[in-house]
Amino acid sequence: MTASTKPRWRFRRPSVLPGFGITFGYTILCLSLVVLIPLGALVVRASGLGLSGILEVAADPRVASALKISFGVSLLAALTASVFGFLVAWVLTRYRFPGRRIVDAVVDLPFALPTAVAGIALAQVYAPNGVIGAQLERIGIKAAYTPVGIFIAMVFIGLPFAVRTVQPLIAEIDKEVEEASATLGASRRATLWKVVLPPLIPAVLTGFALAFARGVGEYGSIIFIAGNLPYVSEIAPLLIVIKLSEYDYAGAAAIATIMLGISFLTLLAINLIQAWSRRRFGYV
Amino acid sequence: MSETAATTFAALPAKPDTPRSAVTEGRAVRWTLIAVAIVFLALFLVVPLATVFVQALSKGWETYLATFREPDALAAVRLTLIVAAIAVPFNLVFGIAASWAIAKFEFPGKSLLVTLIDLPFSVSPVVSGLIYVLVFSAQGVFGAFFVQHGIQVLFALPGIVLATIFVTFPFVARELIPLMQEQGTAEEEAALTLGASGLWAFLTVTLPNIRWGLLYSVLLCNARAMGEFGAVSVVSGHIRGLTNTIPLHVEILYNEYNFVAAFAVASLLAGLALVTLLIKSVLEWRYAGELAAGGRH
Repeated sequence: MTASTKPRWRFRRPSVLPGFGITFGYTILCLSLVVLIPLGALVVRASGLGLSGILEVAADPRVASALKISFGVSLLAALTASVFGFLVAWVLTRYRFPGRRIVDAVVDLPFALPTAVAGIALAQVYAPNGVIGAQLERIGIKAAYTPVGIFIAMVFIGLPFAVRTVQPLIAEIDKEVEEASATLGASRRATLWKVVLPPLIPAVLTGFALAFARGVGEYGSIIFIAGNLPYVSEIAPLLIVIKLSEYDYAGAAAIATIMLGISFLTLLAINLIQAWSRRRFGYV
Repeated sequence: MSETAATTFAALPAKPDTPRSAVTEGRAVRWTLIAVAIVFLALFLVVPLATVFVQALSKGWETYLATFREPDALAAVRLTLIVAAIAVPFNLVFGIAASWAIAKFEFPGKSLLVTLIDLPFSVSPVVSGLIYVLVFSAQGVFGAFFVQHGIQVLFALPGIVLATIFVTFPFVARELIPLMQEQGTAEEEAALTLGASGLWAFLTVTLPNIRWGLLYSVLLCNARAMGEFGAVSVVSGHIRGLTNTIPLHVEILYNEYNFVAAFAVASLLAGLALVTLLIKSVLEWRYAGELAAGGRH
């Protein structure tokens, strides 16, 4: 080969390692069969309805109230999970106390515990005669079978996202910056507020968005504790299941499309936050 | 770290017991925060977990064990094991293939491909089931074909397996891709230069490098595969003794107000979750360097 030969355009950069063709092909094949074609079926179904058809389904009072409950309660739950998640992440990375590693492992429980198990356990604990439910009842809070129950389940499911996105960044904070701030005469509170907290904001927002998206889509851990009263404590995923059991595939697809659209926007928001964070702070 | 402060202010009396108050909170604040965090985790996570076992054993061991002599419960356990035995190896092979192609080679559109692989994590479980219903129902895209050939996908094992594969699809790939990217290609290239075949280089160089990450991801993939509820619930049809997995059996028992049996069956899954968490934590403590950074799910 002479130096003047124009290099042929290649899809991938040349490498001595073998096996690109077969592994890449297999990846695309699996991805298409498992993910892309089935999701495509939903898109086809939804486009058959058209935007007006989808909006018509969303305007149905029962659907509208289920969407409002799903998104509204999830927003509150994600806020709560973010606040307490930050606290838990801070305590786990900054302080030394006996049993810290066990507490750290416990945070992942909602990832590992199947949602149906979490659901019946939460319903049992927060029911009017349950361990915590009875105490709440005494101060006048009905937890299970009301939107409060939905809120509790969503905090449960969202907490690990809030903790695990912030925790590595708290661990990476350079203590010298805090020392410098203290040396320059800042109070501890001022140091926390003006030096420590600002770089953590993107991670907190990412954790919030992840917890929110998870809460909106969650099904198993909610339906047992929610009571599922139409217009009061009925969530959007449950309405999809109900529509399916009535063979109303178009209605189910319409609700699913609205939910997918919102989770897509959430993902977009996460990416924008991270892009902003990279520009502002130099890391994700 | 504290030496610098101590030497700089050598004139000040040393107070070895007190923490460096400049870069941490006071003792009272610290312990209050620790207490709040622990109480919060206890109320939301530990009490519900403990309840599963307390309720399961509330009528004694005899009743507890009797739950598992029920043929429907046994059928549910068998079905769950079959589903996991198909879905987990499938995702394992896919994850290794995808991470080899993505981590070891450079090509355009890579980040789009990674995003698409991650997609199932951001889809609601119910929607994950719904899309398979739309594909395989009699009016669905491919439904007519399967109905003509007498292949039952929905409300049968294939549908349950497909839905489970979908929800666990990203687990192995998303752990292995960053791990293999960190490790680069130099070691494999050296093996090839020394005369190893591609497959031999993979088996003797790559595989040992990723073994802990592989175990970690398979563990989490399996826990999710055995415990998936929403997606499986939509495609299974809830036929007792036939298409009920363990989580669906829990739901049926609970809705029949058979609480002790429901919690007894649920305690199987809770036990699986505890074992998963234990091994996961051990892997994170012992082999943190051999897992993908930020590989926590």
